Amino acid sequence: MEISTALLGNAIIAGLLLGGFYAAVSVGISISFGMLDVVNIAHPAFILLGSYIAYIVNDTMGFDPIVVSVAVSPLFFMLGMALYRVYYLCFEKRGQESLRGLAFFFGVLFITEVTLVLIFGVDYRMVQTAYSETTLRLGVLDFPLRLVVPFLVSLAMVVGVQLFLTHTFFGRAVLAVAQDQLALRLMGINPYKVKERAFALSIATAGVAGAFLIVIQPVQPSIGRDFIGLAFAVCVLGGMGSVWGTLLGAFVLGFAESFTATFFGPSWAPAVSFGLLLATLAFRPSGLLGR
Amino acid sequence: MSNRAFALVAFVIALAIVAASQLVHNEYFFSAAYTVLQFVILATAWNILGGYTGYVNFGSAAFFAVGAYSTVFLYKAFQPPLIVMILTGTLVAGMLGLGLGYLTLRLRGVFFAIASLAMAVVLFTFVVNWDYVGGARGAYILQPREVPFGFPRYIHLLYAAMVLMAAFALVVARAIETSTLGRGLAAIRDDELAAECSGVPTLRLKIFSAAVSGALMGMAGTTFPYYLSYIEPSSAFGLSYAVNSIAMPLIGGMLSWPGPLIGAVLLGTIQQLVQVTVSSAWNLLIVGVLLVAFVTLAPNGIMGWVDAWRRRKH
Repeated sequence: MEISTALLGNAIIAGLLLGGFYAAVSVGISISFGMLDVVNIAHPAFILLGSYIAYIVNDTMGFDPIVVSVAVSPLFFMLGMALYRVYYLCFEKRGQESLRGLAFFFGVLFITEVTLVLIFGVDYRMVQTAYSETTLRLGVLDFPLRLVVPFLVSLAMVVGVQLFLTHTFFGRAVLAVAQDQLALRLMGINPYKVKERAFALSIATAGVAGAFLIVIQPVQPSIGRDFIGLAFAVCVLGGMGSVWGTLLGAFVLGFAESFTATFFGPSWAPAVSFGLLLATLAFRPSGLLGR
Repeated sequence: MSNRAFALVAFVIALAIVAASQLVHNEYFFSAAYTVLQFVILATAWNILGGYTGYVNFGSAAFFAVGAYSTVFLYKAFQPPLIVMILTGTLVAGMLGLGLGYLTLRLRGVFFAIASLAMAVVLFTFVVNWDYVGGARGAYILQPREVPFGFPRYIHLLYAAMVLMAAFALVVARAIETSTLGRGLAAIRDDELAAECSGVPTLRLKIFSAAVSGALMGMAGTTFPYYLSYIEPSSAFGLSYAVNSIAMPLIGGMLSWPGPLIGAVLLGTIQQLVQVTVSSAWNLLIVGVLLVAFVTLAPNGIMGWVDAWRRRKH
């Protein structure tokens, strides 16, 4: 098969833009799973919730979905705090997080999905924005704005999270929880308080990522599941608990999926992220930038 | 009761159930009972790895589908008798459990859980792209015109096979539970490090239980293509199998073999009733809500209540 430069170039651009979006999807898992040791497989449920809230507001009032998602992110923050409180009281405190905690999050994911199906049905929903139809052209390369805008905002969010974690007192407390909870207790800090807010932050990023998702593609309740493996693949691939690792992992995955879709057909793309995840787990469980 | 005596009793009861149900004239009974029994096998199989060993498998649907699609493959290739299909599907799913366990059970439990989810999607993609077994369009499987063993219709034969397979799954689960092996698995569940230090061959036991659990799940799927006469990837890989096979043992109780049985019969029957009277979307919502409610409020399930009640009596 002859590979034209235009095809190759566009595959690279698509991978890059996709990777930025994947970083936004995964940064929350990187915090909850990588740093707090809370295996939140219900993360995609909150991404979808973000998508549908953005959809409703966009459909009724015509506001931009990404602006809406940033505006409602305090709500997601509070939702995250409540969810962590239940998780802590029922599972973490009793030392049952490994089996029952996982089943709990799986149940939450499932309930959210079915509730969305009961309310909105299984039709694909999409949003209208000022930029969704526009595509910038640079020679033979295409830059569709519906991918470029989420890419830029997503990068800003991920870099913001990283700066927050390394440059504020609270952020460093989160990193300390990731390293040694007992030591934190000895310093007179309650790890529960730190974890509660950090988990809430991770859910807030999910809400914003949901708006990116619905700008990029039409959304239907069951697509959330596909993002579980994707987000965990990115986190494990990049190295647990490292935001830069997550960013790197997201780009690797974005390129891998975009090349597979371009050269082997889109129906093979889902297998890529999961195949990469299985391979990473089998051969290098600490990830690319792992500790 | 020794395992041999239990096996004998289980199979005698199973044969009695099959014989007694021939008196039922309602055809719907057989197809509903088939579904409930299918869940009994899935829940019992999940519990061997999940309840006894403490490793969560989110990929039940993948093992089930592997069993189902091995039947489709054999149907297209050689059309062997049903028993050959059942044995092959069980074996293939067991190999899959062995492979997945070998790759990921050395890591922390949560990685196994995520890998099992990932495996389901990879296999789904393969089946969708594999035209020989129907690909995304699905495949038609015709039930044979002549039904062996003097059953009036083919669904009666499938139902009888399902009753026997469920009895077999329960016998296997109980045998594992009461053996030294089962105590080794329980030690892994309660404290893996301590188990390793006391000389329990943890990795080997975990891989063994992943293989047995996977094999039984595959077995539950082998007759599925004949049951529906038509199979497509999204029905064989349905998320409801994954959720149900986790929810049923959690609701029934995960520590012993009656738990998954109770959970599966209870939840399976409720779902059959709701499906007929309301709709199948509500079905899944009920399972999800019950799962979350039990896991937060009654972590030891129905068998936990029974045990507490027994203890109070003594």
